[in-house]
Amino acid sequence: MVGTPAPKIASVTAAAARPAAAAKSETKALSFYYGAFQALKSISMPIYEKKVTALIGPSGCGKSTYLRCFNRMHDLYPGNRYEGQIMLYPDNTNILNPVVDPIEVRMRISMVFQKPNPFPKSIYENVAYGLRVRGERKRALLDEKVEDALRGAALWDEVKNRLNDLAFNLSGGQQQRLCIARALATDPEMLLFDDPTSALDPIATASIEQLIAELKEKITILIVTHNMQQAARVSDYTAYMYLGELIEFDATDTIFIKPRNKQTEDYITGRFG
Amino acid sequence: MSEQTARLESIRALIAAHKRWDLVFATVGVLALMVGVLTFVALFAQMMIDGAPRLSWDFFTNFPSRKPDQAGILSAWVGSTLVMIVTAATAVPLGVGAGVYLEEYAPKNWMTDLIEINVTNLAGVPSIVYGLLALGLFVYGFGLGQSILTAGLTLGLLILPVVIVATREAIRSIPAVIREGAYALGATKWQTTSHHILPYSTPGIMTGVIIGMARAIGETAPVITIGALTFIAFLPAAPFSGDPPAGLFDWVMSPFTVMPIQMFNWTSRPEAAFHQNAAAAGLVLVVMTLSMNALAIYIRYRLRKSIKW
Repeated sequence: MVGTPAPKIASVTAAAARPAAAAKSETKALSFYYGAFQALKSISMPIYEKKVTALIGPSGCGKSTYLRCFNRMHDLYPGNRYEGQIMLYPDNTNILNPVVDPIEVRMRISMVFQKPNPFPKSIYENVAYGLRVRGERKRALLDEKVEDALRGAALWDEVKNRLNDLAFNLSGGQQQRLCIARALATDPEMLLFDDPTSALDPIATASIEQLIAELKEKITILIVTHNMQQAARVSDYTAYMYLGELIEFDATDTIFIKPRNKQTEDYITGRFG
Repeated sequence: MSEQTARLESIRALIAAHKRWDLVFATVGVLALMVGVLTFVALFAQMMIDGAPRLSWDFFTNFPSRKPDQAGILSAWVGSTLVMIVTAATAVPLGVGAGVYLEEYAPKNWMTDLIEINVTNLAGVPSIVYGLLALGLFVYGFGLGQSILTAGLTLGLLILPVVIVATREAIRSIPAVIREGAYALGATKWQTTSHHILPYSTPGIMTGVIIGMARAIGETAPVITIGALTFIAFLPAAPFSGDPPAGLFDWVMSPFTVMPIQMFNWTSRPEAAFHQNAAAAGLVLVVMTLSMNALAIYIRYRLRKSIKW
């Protein structure tokens, strides 16, 4: 199936004015179970290439659970079960297929966590880690990739003179940008953000949001956020989830200006959640 | 107004009454603490008074002797040191390996639960039972004799549960997001374990190992059971001094004695002078144990400085 062109999928409402973007991924009837508890109920939606897609909804709605399906994080814990498919294009791979190695999926799709989680190693070693996992040993190439990634995460100028310092000595916002650099260093096809600014102050949040806006030029982004304003600011598409179901998916403008669903509208306007 | 004053006063009386219990508990707590601290201080002081005059360079460099003023602990401290080397070489790889496997690799099911209960119970088995096991298995079964190797293996098994539990605790204290961070970058289980889990849990593991060793160095019962001699007037071959390859390990097959046995030997003599020797040896043993504990604290402090979550 490798080489199959990505199917063109119009946004669900087929917003006439908007040219249909190419889909990087498409979720088809995804259900997910933590043991006997069904956390996701038959979710279907596309993720468009080089766009930012935001997942919003009240706590416990399953948005993080859905995000963590994209890099098979749930495989780390026993008793979890996927049903349905998440197709990844252009090679048309169902990344939930048990025969697909989760490590291969994680090498293609990177993740930035809610709380900055740098390793207790140097700044340099944090960024280089993904490359080291891939067996890269050439110092010159590592140096170059580390610099590129740190520049990509808008952190290079702040840390270029102390690459051997421990990552813990950075501020919270810098640590989170370091984690973004770490995720970028291996040139992933897609970047997952699990509410990346919830532990940060407003200034650090603004810098991460700006970074996301720059990154989408090159990479497909899926972001979970509990902050609706953030979704409105950074995303091109928004999905509203509630109790494990996808209530509405559309262009962010549409979701925030004239949602079709009453539940979405109540949540967006703060009457609920 | 007076009603308000009365109300305030009743609240204050209530608080004062409740705070009396703070005082009561604090007093009881201090007393309980003192029992432990004073006992240790009294024991240590008694040993100091009896034993300190015997401490001299000769005491460390003389073999045991029939003349109490010429007797020393050379064979005992060398024996203890060598046995501890074998103990560490046994308990660290086995204990850390088992702990890492149980935490990182083993599926969580009734089998691993059963193993976990067994490991915990193993820590409670009296040490003499390990001595009997070792006598049957190592001395007679494997024909290792009454050697340093037998003693080291026995004490290694004895502290194995301590090392396993310390390893698991240390691994569990690593936050899940660090582990997930490594996996999210495409690391395999072994890459995550060797690059992250083991280095970050080293302070905790080292602490457990050293505390286990501090217990093992004072163990008497199992070492007597396997037949350590009480009177040894020679040293084993210096480690790694023989002709390689087989000769390198001549020392492990040597007969030996250890500090607590030397003490036991001296205490059972009728002459008071030997009792002084026993006190002096006890002093040395306590200092050895305390310095091992101090080392554990230092290592934990040093290594944890670079690891904070």
